[in-house]
Amino acid sequence: MLSFFKKAKPTIRGGVHATEHKSETSGKPIVYSFPLPAKLYIPLQQHVGKPAEPLIKVGDHVLKGQLLAYSQGAISAPVHAPTSGIIVDVSEYPAPHPSALPIRTVVLASDGQEKWQKFSPVNDPLTIDPEEISLRVGAAGIVGLGGATFPSAVKLSQGRKNKVHTLLINAGECEPYLTCDDRLMQERPEKIIDGVRIMLHGLGATQAIIALEDNKEQAFLAMQTAAQPYPNVTVMQVPTRYPMGWDRQMIRYITGKEVPAGSRSTDMGILLHNVGTAYAVHKALRTGQPLISRVVTISGSAVKNPMNVEVPIGTLISEVLDFCGVDLEKTQRLVMGGPMMGEALPHPAVPIVKGTSGILALAENEIKTGTEQACIRCGSCVSACPAGLLPLEMMSRIKNNQLDAAVGFGLKDCISCGSCSYVCPSNIPLVHYFKYASGELIARQQAQHKTEQTKRLMHDKQARLERIRLQQEEEMRQMQMEKQQRELAKAQAAEAEITS
Amino acid sequence: MMNRAKLNSSPHAKADSAVSVIMRQVLMALGPATLFGICIYGWPALFLFIITVTAAVMFEAWCLRLAGKPVKATLQDYSAVLTGWLIAMTLPPYAPWWIGVVGAGLAIVVGKHVYGGLGQNLFNPAMLARVGLLIAFPVEMTTWVQPHPWFSSALPGFVESLRITFIGMDNIDAVSGATLLGHVKTELSQNHLLPHSLDGLFDMANVWLGLMRGSLGEGCLPLLLVSGFWLLNKGVIRWYTPISLLGTVFMLATMFNIYDPEHYLSPLLHLGSGALILTSFFIATDYVTSPQTPFGQIIFGCGCGVLIFVIRTWGSYPEGAGFAVLLMNSVTPLIDHYIRPRIYGRDHKGKPLEVVD
Amino acid sequence: MIVLSAIVSLTLLGLVLGLLLGIAAKYLKVESSPVIDELEALLPGSQCGQCGFPGCRPAAEALAAGEAPATLCPPGGSALAEQIATLLGISLDLSDMAEPEALVARVDEDNCTGCTRCFKVCPTDAIVGAPKQIHAVVADACIACQKCIAVCPTECLQMHPVEVTLRNWRWTKPPRMRSSEAVC
Repeated sequence: MLSFFKKAKPTIRGGVHATEHKSETSGKPIVYSFPLPAKLYIPLQQHVGKPAEPLIKVGDHVLKGQLLAYSQGAISAPVHAPTSGIIVDVSEYPAPHPSALPIRTVVLASDGQEKWQKFSPVNDPLTIDPEEISLRVGAAGIVGLGGATFPSAVKLSQGRKNKVHTLLINAGECEPYLTCDDRLMQERPEKIIDGVRIMLHGLGATQAIIALEDNKEQAFLAMQTAAQPYPNVTVMQVPTRYPMGWDRQMIRYITGKEVPAGSRSTDMGILLHNVGTAYAVHKALRTGQPLISRVVTISGSAVKNPMNVEVPIGTLISEVLDFCGVDLEKTQRLVMGGPMMGEALPHPAVPIVKGTSGILALAENEIKTGTEQACIRCGSCVSACPAGLLPLEMMSRIKNNQLDAAVGFGLKDCISCGSCSYVCPSNIPLVHYFKYASGELIARQQAQHKTEQTKRLMHDKQARLERIRLQQEEEMRQMQMEKQQRELAKAQAAEAEITS
Repeated sequence: MMNRAKLNSSPHAKADSAVSVIMRQVLMALGPATLFGICIYGWPALFLFIITVTAAVMFEAWCLRLAGKPVKATLQDYSAVLTGWLIAMTLPPYAPWWIGVVGAGLAIVVGKHVYGGLGQNLFNPAMLARVGLLIAFPVEMTTWVQPHPWFSSALPGFVESLRITFIGMDNIDAVSGATLLGHVKTELSQNHLLPHSLDGLFDMANVWLGLMRGSLGEGCLPLLLVSGFWLLNKGVIRWYTPISLLGTVFMLATMFNIYDPEHYLSPLLHLGSGALILTSFFIATDYVTSPQTPFGQIIFGCGCGVLIFVIRTWGSYPEGAGFAVLLMNSVTPLIDHYIRPRIYGRDHKGKPLEVVD
Repeated sequence: MIVLSAIVSLTLLGLVLGLLLGIAAKYLKVESSPVIDELEALLPGSQCGQCGFPGCRPAAEALAAGEAPATLCPPGGSALAEQIATLLGISLDLSDMAEPEALVARVDEDNCTGCTRCFKVCPTDAIVGAPKQIHAVVADACIACQKCIAVCPTECLQMHPVEVTLRNWRWTKPPRMRSSEAVC
């Protein structure tokens, strides 16, 4: 099977070599001493798909790991209690989103007991029915921990159905600053490998490849040692070049083949999972614990003590920042995720969710916001684009509201990786234009849909009015006919009376 | 402190690149060759250089003010300095002051701001100015003088230089002569065959070192080449255009020279003379007016090379770099329309690839 | 003689070409274009009258005749203007066109008398209710035509901006370059 991959010549297109800023945190062990917050804010939608439906009431006492909200629909994920305590509210709170608009959230006041719910883990997950693994991964609320937050169980089931032969574990962590996956691999390699093997079994795939960027030497060595006993698990290094962690870039590099537009990697027999997800799968299957905490990188030059720290899901970002010591005066931008694709948050009073890989408090000298200048058509964005688009042409079309023309230059294939904006010498917010245009395209589609609906509704109303009118006319005619008949009868009766 | 009102899209990091940095790097690269030119042509060359660059900056400021754009901030991108500098390098060093001013005006006003300013122009402003001047003032633009070694007594003194630049040369015919390419053109038109007509007139080493009649800054090939490779190394320009341009000229010249050395100049003289090196590394690589994609840039370079060779060999002008670049500028939008990078997961026509297991 | 031959030949040429044109016009005649129908299909169809024409059909006719600009329809915004411009093959500078603010009608329940006038005029049946009962607007069906506002006797129907939620939140367009701030 490996020969299948060796044939192809590895290629990388586009990408940038961003300043790494990883050394601030990559050498320090993960901190587990984060004090339990008094209140946790657990959003009901921390994943792609439908929000979870709460099954607890305000005032209920819950145990650590207890199910708070169940998944509804085919693509959804449940949410569990990160600690034991009392439910104090189920309503709208600011979401960890650039708009900080409200999202339905469960507020849990911890009782400080950390009392676990009883679990019934399986004896040996490597021998149970593969279907069971998907079910348990789904029940543990595991979603893609790299930030995509797609429910992992759905991916596993799809992969099994598509007869996937290769499980590709994405440990690229190509975003600058972030080191949570790096530390996880350095500290718990055996557990990750175990999670990978469980997923392999659940998928029925023949081999797993764990790919890391070659700037993580320690993690590579640790993982290689841990994978030594298992011939179907390979650990390999890929070049450090953002966005190596883009699933399709990684597939192109490792297999030499591209995932066709509009298709999924599973169509090629390859399924991707994040390395953090593998660890969560290990935890869920070996101990039965659902996903209620995660390792988050706290970094940026406004953070006094940058670190990787394990925090319960639902912890307010402000509390984690306090723990690490943050200089809010120096903080020019607060970012959730990495600096290339993460989202800027308007304030830190929002919770950490399953997909939060990092919190960055960035100073002005790190984000380097310069004044926008005219495009000099230098083509840096064209060479940086890993998807082969023409960012400058798309931007100039979007500026003139010619969205259809922008689509013609590949707007729909844009992955918002940020490489173009990163290299632009004129400081043009290219990605902002593309995000705006993509949203606008959806809005237009919805407007189109609404126009059609309006026409249908208006047609229905016209038809109904017409029907009512016809009905009324009919009734009138009948009434008149009856009246005439009555009069006729009356007249005949009178006539008969007269003649008789 | 955070600005909470403004929504900032990702990415939240930025490479250390800026328009002004790129322009400054190009200026630095032009420095040695310019200095060399000023040394071998003396004060008049320095005056002309200063006048042209200053005029370009003043025209830029004037246009920006008219357009209602921020003047100071935009001037700091150094693009006007670069345009003026490039024009000066292509001028005959003893040209009168108004040639520099008119050239700068043509480039900045007609070549750039009429289209909407930096990034909007279709044609390379410096080449537009060069060609415009050549057509409008053929005498002033073809008055070439012999260079002299550094600070030799043969160079005009300061006062005499002021006279040359601001009033004009008295003894034009006495000091001026033809460039190598001009000389070849004249000789061939009189049916004098090549090896013979070049005899003793042109030393290959002098041609390559720029110790020959020519423009202010186009002469010294080693300096221009070193600077060009420095820009390549810095990533300011990419190799596609210069290499394809030089390669095309070299190949065409070699082929014709082998076929008939009596009518066609040797490839070494082609590469070594005129504006070829400056054009391939500094002019044809202009971002605004050249294609975006590597393949497009190769087409652009080859096109320029063919045109330069054709104009030099069969055209009525001895040097064709300016015309060639302008002509290829005009097809750049077409090249960019047809030559596009292949989108990931799609074929060259934009259709999704076939699924391969 | 030369003058005469020139006159004759040119006249003949004119006649022949004119004849050819006439024949071409007759035999290659294009049936009246269905462009009006296509335009009407693009327009929202709510007959709101905000363009100044009595309905979407008359507006489409005016567009086809070139008597109205492609930007005539405020509810359609620049998206519609772009579609119209593409259909009519005209170029359009849309960079300055204001996007319509999305509005939705809402009933102030304290003032509604249940008079039923509003839901009789509503073209899309977006208002539900019964006589003497408080009415309500189905936001998804409301097309912001404002016809109900005009007939409401108690002014309890008002237009409100559509509420922004995580579901319909979108990135705004980046601000234009600050070119007007000329400082020197």
